[in-house]
Amino acid sequence: MILGEWRAHPARVITAALAIAVGVALGFAVHLINGSALDAFGQAVRAVNGAADLQVRAATPAGMDEALYPEVALHPGVADASPVVQLKATAAGADLTLLGLDILRAGQVTPALVGQPMGGPGSAFDLGALFLSRAALDAVHQRVGATVAVTAAGRTFPLRIAGVLPGVEAGRRIGVIDIAAAQWRFGRIGRIDRIDLKLAEGADAAAVRRTLATALPPAATLADADSDAQQGAALSRAYRVNLDMLALVALLTGGFLVYSAQSLSVTRRLRSFALLRTLGLPRAGIVVQVAIEGLVVGLVGTALGLAIGYALASVALTRFGGDLGAGYFGGVAPALAFAPGAALLFAGLGLAAALAGSIIPARAAARAAPAVALRNAGDVVDPRTPVAWRVPLALVGAGVVAALLPAIGGLPLFGYAAMALVLAGGVAAMPWAARLLLAPFDAHATGRPAFDLAIRHLRGAPGQAAVALGGIVASTALMIAMAVMVTSFRGAVDDWLGDILSADLYLRVDGSTGGFDPAAQTRLSAVPGVARIAFTRQVPLTLDPGQPATILIARPIDATLPLIGPTSAVPAGTVPVWLSEPASRLMHKSRGDTLALPIGRNTRFAVAGIWRDYARQQGAIAIDTATYSRLTGDTPRDEGAVTLKPGADPARVRRALMTAAPPALSGQVEVASPATLRAFALTLFDRSFAITYVLEAVAVLVGLAGVATTVSAQTIARIREFGMLRHIGAGRRQIVTMLGAEGALLGGVGGVAGIALGLGLSQILIHVVNPQSFNWTMTTRVPVPLIAGVAASLIVAAAATAMLAGRRAVAVDAVRAVREDW
Amino acid sequence: MPPRLLLTGLAKSVPGGRTLFQGLDLTVGPGELVAIMGESGVGKSTLLNIIAGLDKPDTGTVAVEGAALSEMDEAAATNLRRDRIGFVFQAFHILPYLTLRQNVALPLALGRTAARAATARADAMLELVGLPTRGADYARDLSGGELQRVAIARALVHDPALILADEPTGNLDPETADRILALFADAVRSRGAAAVIVTHSLVAAAVADRTLRLTATGLVPHDG
Repeated sequence: MILGEWRAHPARVITAALAIAVGVALGFAVHLINGSALDAFGQAVRAVNGAADLQVRAATPAGMDEALYPEVALHPGVADASPVVQLKATAAGADLTLLGLDILRAGQVTPALVGQPMGGPGSAFDLGALFLSRAALDAVHQRVGATVAVTAAGRTFPLRIAGVLPGVEAGRRIGVIDIAAAQWRFGRIGRIDRIDLKLAEGADAAAVRRTLATALPPAATLADADSDAQQGAALSRAYRVNLDMLALVALLTGGFLVYSAQSLSVTRRLRSFALLRTLGLPRAGIVVQVAIEGLVVGLVGTALGLAIGYALASVALTRFGGDLGAGYFGGVAPALAFAPGAALLFAGLGLAAALAGSIIPARAAARAAPAVALRNAGDVVDPRTPVAWRVPLALVGAGVVAALLPAIGGLPLFGYAAMALVLAGGVAAMPWAARLLLAPFDAHATGRPAFDLAIRHLRGAPGQAAVALGGIVASTALMIAMAVMVTSFRGAVDDWLGDILSADLYLRVDGSTGGFDPAAQTRLSAVPGVARIAFTRQVPLTLDPGQPATILIARPIDATLPLIGPTSAVPAGTVPVWLSEPASRLMHKSRGDTLALPIGRNTRFAVAGIWRDYARQQGAIAIDTATYSRLTGDTPRDEGAVTLKPGADPARVRRALMTAAPPALSGQVEVASPATLRAFALTLFDRSFAITYVLEAVAVLVGLAGVATTVSAQTIARIREFGMLRHIGAGRRQIVTMLGAEGALLGGVGGVAGIALGLGLSQILIHVVNPQSFNWTMTTRVPVPLIAGVAASLIVAAAATAMLAGRRAVAVDAVRAVREDW
Repeated sequence: MPPRLLLTGLAKSVPGGRTLFQGLDLTVGPGELVAIMGESGVGKSTLLNIIAGLDKPDTGTVAVEGAALSEMDEAAATNLRRDRIGFVFQAFHILPYLTLRQNVALPLALGRTAARAATARADAMLELVGLPTRGADYARDLSGGELQRVAIARALVHDPALILADEPTGNLDPETADRILALFADAVRSRGAAAVIVTHSLVAAAVADRTLRLTATGLVPHDG
């Protein structure tokens, strides 16, 4: 029986299997890409850290006082400690991480970072010796024994490549020099950036961690080997979960397509099932038969999907990188790793979608009274049958409640659950929506028989409309929701860029170069045509080693800081700081709250205001530039917002600024116009959302394929009706027009329902998922042209499909048609 | 005045070359019911198909009230069916998503009769077939006999010149079939229409004015 059904309708079975395959493929591919990128990121940071048991790290780039080293080395439970200076450096145009190590100590704690000298053991202690990893050696295009100029912290020195670092993993660019040379040559005398620790054998790691953490000053934090990987994972986690969710949407749509195909198949076979039941087959037997059909479709789709997903991940990793263009894992080149667990998970989800899509219509078929089914042969449509509204209402209500619940572990799991519930409620409400939306048309006959019949058929059989539209309503709703969220986000970012980029030119130099010192700042401010330059400094603060660093921004606190709400007075004796919206949410601090920061001695800080920031998901803290200098003694600045004198030529001033920059920073200073920065930022934004557009488009295409196959099947199933109509004087064209009108109405109903549902879901995305994932808020902006385009596409696609199917249906001999059973 | 139906020299063969019938002539006048019987596969339905203009004969002509249907293009044949021919099917074919009133009014709606006039006419026909209060009901509420009454009302609603019925009592019990046939015959005769009934049923044939048997050489009087 199953084979007979498939032989009769192979296209429908193949489409359903392909829909499952697409969903599984997308989900599996996104998962593989994320997993591979995180693996690569983790490997990269482990290579730099050299597999120490524990690390004490400086909370700011200013480093820690090296006097901390003996204290830590003597701490109970610590067997050995290795002080490290860590710098971002360039050599022969290649970026690398430069580590200054005490070779003797590092040999005990992090032997993987100890170089293998090619010029005899003594060369390891040479202050001019540089050891490079294989990848760094390749990047500088030099051999061992050659001398290469290395630039770090704004200073350049020639170093001789004395050997290689055999213990560093392939692909990691790391250079190692003596710690004294690093401190002396790169302006770090008395400062270190981290202390790698080896714990004593048998020491209780948790106890050592606990006691050491309490003994450390605010300028230091305690981390282990996985902290950096956790930081990367934490920063990108919400983005990755979002991608997973979008892939699951495609899978869900595939499930709906199976449901549509199986519903039609089951409806057509109602009489066969009734006969089987009359002959003694129990209800469960029918459910099992249809479930087996769904299972086979699911197995084929899943196997195909896993293969396509693997290939897709391989291509995407090669072409777009591990973050698919979002910029989370810069500089990391991941290799694709097959994940059996994920394969099993997505195979299970694919099978579950196919099974659920089969069992629901099968149960409905099994419940039908055999006698009625045998007699009516499917003529069970009755426009008076009430449509269900309680279940959809309950689902939507549960969704609203879920949307009000907080995030779990920084993830908006209830937000996603709310979206799933509202979506399920919306799709379940389709019969009700079809009746409601078509009621005004039905009340007033147009006198055009094709149109009137179309309206009456859709109103009379809203369940059929729901079957046809389930998938497309789900995918359209999610697409609209994403589109509204992205439009709102982009609009908010655009406005925000307008607020913060109010100067005429922007000056920037990489912070690792040391920045513009006060003399350079004075010189730059005196450039002809410059009215003033507001200099700023950005410093990463490690407040929690497992979380990405919060950025401290020393800047003038003026109208260019886009405040949300007013600035409040802070308690006496505290220093005012202004938290970015993400920082405020992550730190759970609002106006008037006090907080501790690893700068200044015994200084207390208080939140004076909250400002909008879409650039730093990990949070940022603004502090008055003069206050920052006073507290830290750190006077160089990395960036400057340049205001020109009236009539000054920006191009000429730009050239003059480049000339006035310190020679040591030559080639590293950038001057850009606000328009360029704005365009660059928006390009980055669009690139990071490009993959979401692709996933949405796939989901909608799967949904449209569902509409096409379902409408086509429903049309063919009505062949007797068309035969009768042709007998009594309806022309072929009239029937095709009727079907076109039905298709257009169906598409219209689906479009309206999808858009309404999508707008509702967008509010969950904007007000629940987005703040809980990324910690920023925005106001809603509706992309009207896109929504109109989606609605028009739906209407045209459904109408065209129905008309094409109708042409086939009316081509059948009318007399034969009226004799055929449905 | 031309006959309601005039068939002249009809011949039809099926793919493969087998001749279903040839030299078939028939004239049906106003108020006349003709029953056509024959074994399965002899071509009764094909003949009905040709009379309705839904199939073309190999040779011969079909004229309804003098209009040569067999020579019309599809659009003209469709219009003629809509305006001058009514149909009654074995399986009723009442659309489940329309009320009975809307089902009966379908031929009028297809002919662009104003909605109010079509509704009044459909109600009158429902009264004629004994279902005066069921206009707002749906197919699901009706028995087989009642559904066939609705089908008869639909076949007559636009005052056709010719009614074609294909096994109209095939799905009914004998008692109901008797009542339906009597109703059908009365309605046809009282309107001066003509009817051709294709049937296996002797009971159905009994209400006809003439009963013919379809053979390969044409229609011959039924001798049963």
